[in-house]
Amino acid sequence: MTVAELPSISTMIIWGFVATAAMTIVMQGSQGLGLSRLSLPFLLGTFFTGDRRRAVLIGFVSYVIGGWLFAFLYFLLFSSLGAYTWWLGLGIGLLHGLFLLVAALPVLPYIHPRMASEYDGASAIRKLEPPGFMALNYGSRTPLTTLAGQALYGVVLGGFPQLTAVLG
Amino acid sequence: MTSGKYVQPRSNEKSIGAYAIIGDCRTAALVSQDGSIDWLCFPHFSGPSVFAALLDHERGGRFSIRPAGQFRSSRRYRGPTAVLETDFETPTGSARLTDAMPAAEEAGTLHPLREVLRLIDGTRGEVSFEIHWSPRPDYARADPLIRSRGALGWSCAWSDELFLLQAEVPLAFVPQAGAVVGRIRVQAGQRVRLSLSYAKGDIGVIAPLGKAADGRLQATLDWWRNWSNQCAYAGPHRDSVMRSAITLKLMTFTLSGAVVAAPTTSLPEWIGAGRNWDYRYCWVRDAALTMRAFTGLGFQSEAASFLQWLLHATRLTWPELQVMYDVYGRTSLRENEVDHLRGYQGSRPVRIGNGAYRQIQLDVYGGLLFAVMDYVAKGGSLQNDETRLILGFGETVCRQWRNPDHGIWEVRGQKRHYTFSKVMCWSALNSLVKLNDRGLVRLDVEKVRRERDEIARTIETRGFNDALGSYVSELDGDQLDASLLLMGCLGYKHPADVRMRGTFDRIQERLGRNGLLYRYDPATDDLASPEGAFGICSFWAIDNLARRGDIRAAEQAFSHILSFANDVGLFAEEIDPETGEALGNFPQAFTHVGLINGAMALAAAPVDRQPVAS
Repeated sequence: MTVAELPSISTMIIWGFVATAAMTIVMQGSQGLGLSRLSLPFLLGTFFTGDRRRAVLIGFVSYVIGGWLFAFLYFLLFSSLGAYTWWLGLGIGLLHGLFLLVAALPVLPYIHPRMASEYDGASAIRKLEPPGFMALNYGSRTPLTTLAGQALYGVVLGGFPQLTAVLG
Repeated sequence: MTSGKYVQPRSNEKSIGAYAIIGDCRTAALVSQDGSIDWLCFPHFSGPSVFAALLDHERGGRFSIRPAGQFRSSRRYRGPTAVLETDFETPTGSARLTDAMPAAEEAGTLHPLREVLRLIDGTRGEVSFEIHWSPRPDYARADPLIRSRGALGWSCAWSDELFLLQAEVPLAFVPQAGAVVGRIRVQAGQRVRLSLSYAKGDIGVIAPLGKAADGRLQATLDWWRNWSNQCAYAGPHRDSVMRSAITLKLMTFTLSGAVVAAPTTSLPEWIGAGRNWDYRYCWVRDAALTMRAFTGLGFQSEAASFLQWLLHATRLTWPELQVMYDVYGRTSLRENEVDHLRGYQGSRPVRIGNGAYRQIQLDVYGGLLFAVMDYVAKGGSLQNDETRLILGFGETVCRQWRNPDHGIWEVRGQKRHYTFSKVMCWSALNSLVKLNDRGLVRLDVEKVRRERDEIARTIETRGFNDALGSYVSELDGDQLDASLLLMGCLGYKHPADVRMRGTFDRIQERLGRNGLLYRYDPATDDLASPEGAFGICSFWAIDNLARRGDIRAAEQAFSHILSFANDVGLFAEEIDPETGEALGNFPQAFTHVGLINGAMALAAAPVDRQPVAS
């Protein structure tokens, strides 16, 4: 892998933003349509504040910036593998989603300052409902919507050359 | 259950009056005398039920906390609040159950979307309690998943909704019953806390138990006491007026200012007669009297919110008004029957939605514009865009008052020329003229005056029956209708006027029973079934008596009607005049509005008051 194999900075910024926007639409749309109660921005925001209104705002900004920055890791990975294809992006996105569901979210009760746990119960500070395995506590369709969001993120990042060609 | 001997209540045969209401001004729960929450809808008043044992004891679902054996109970609200206390006396000891829906904490804090808090305090000896939690979401149509969440309690999840039960005592799931149950012993001095929290479409927030729960209860008590302290009423029967004001506040949807008619659906106006309607919506026709209650008691903030809702929720249909809207102003309230629920004491059908929203009722314009007039008369102000809306409604009245409608009582079937509808059209235009005279609106006042006077001429020539010496229900008719008493309450004609006196007497003769009033002769509608006496109509009669100076009679009538309230001062829509049982949806905002306005009329009565010994 060489740095030269990476797309231009402006390309990475633009497509990182597009992928983040697409993922956000799927995730937040799923919540709005009643498919899942998971809100990653809210979980992120409540790391920083116990004020719901601020948490939503801070969380959303953090989520978008995080998605944007994460795109650079994806680009590094595509470069190291020497391929930018939508199906590779799909695979990496699904893997990323699975990691989120089976590893990252279930450990939140141990690291999130405002999340209750099924071992210790709720307290005046820690009172957010924990996600549980595969975030199933937030609804039986949560794994699917999360995977869909992450997969779309990967597809956009991996398939941006094809998308660029299609778009002209 | 307040008699001297211990009883084992048959929990599936509770009377409507056996319930008390708790709420958070977003939704409300009904709690029975034996400690069972038998009705609760989420996330707001007209949302689907999660507990509906009120309408079907077997299928509806409930959250019951009651002594395991024989007991007697008594209950009360804690002072001027919506926090309910039920005392249980058993042969082995006594305990108190406190029920509340916590007031919203400071904006922005992490708290559940809705919460029901239940505390058991042992007061003497030891009492064994049975706990039964059987949520049945979506009117018992959903297939909920109930499972343990470890130290977080028990969850019931369906769709994108979560209902979580936390308890300081161990509970177990009984799959056959689809219920989480427990049996606990509470000693004197011991407190056991249980909390139900609800989330929809969002990550749940779990309200902690322990001292934090005690703090929420105290904050709720403080919130209600602060609110109640704003009440400016200092007249007779203050406790009853205060309870009515709190009940009205409980039925005010705080997120929009709308006031629902009742928190329930399909409680029958007569057992088994089919007169079962969904009242979890906001009727514009009630606006005038509701506004009078708010402004008269000094609740100007509620009055302002209510007016905002009236003017802004109705924009979708402006310049016409629908009979009713939901708490958000939604206009489609399609009526369905829920066949799998057997209904209160077998009274089918159970209805969701209300088909009357499609009716034409011209009285609604008078209700709204009278409310506007009342609001500004008590110091409120109007925005420019609001005056435009008001003028639009006035033009609709000028255009439509000659048309027949379905009338205040929503009689289904063909439209008729109801006298009361004409009166309220008169009231609408009269309010507009007054607003013009105050310089608050600019209109062609001569045209409006001409139309107003033309309506009055029609009422006086065709709405008054000389042979009866009374105004009548329909133009050129000979039937009576208790809504005609409102002519005296809303300023169309002074109650001491000879025509109003005649009307009052004929209504008492034809519609009176045991000191109560039927709204009309039930045989004249298309349902061909009996119904109870209509609670608010009796208060209208009191209003008339007080305004014409018959204070003694008004006081006597008022005390008589108060005797039909249940043990915590609540009224349903109707009352069985033979047995005194509550009938219809419960508690009914309109009846409590009547009580408040009746008491205010008594307090403002023009002659020396001579209280009647009770």
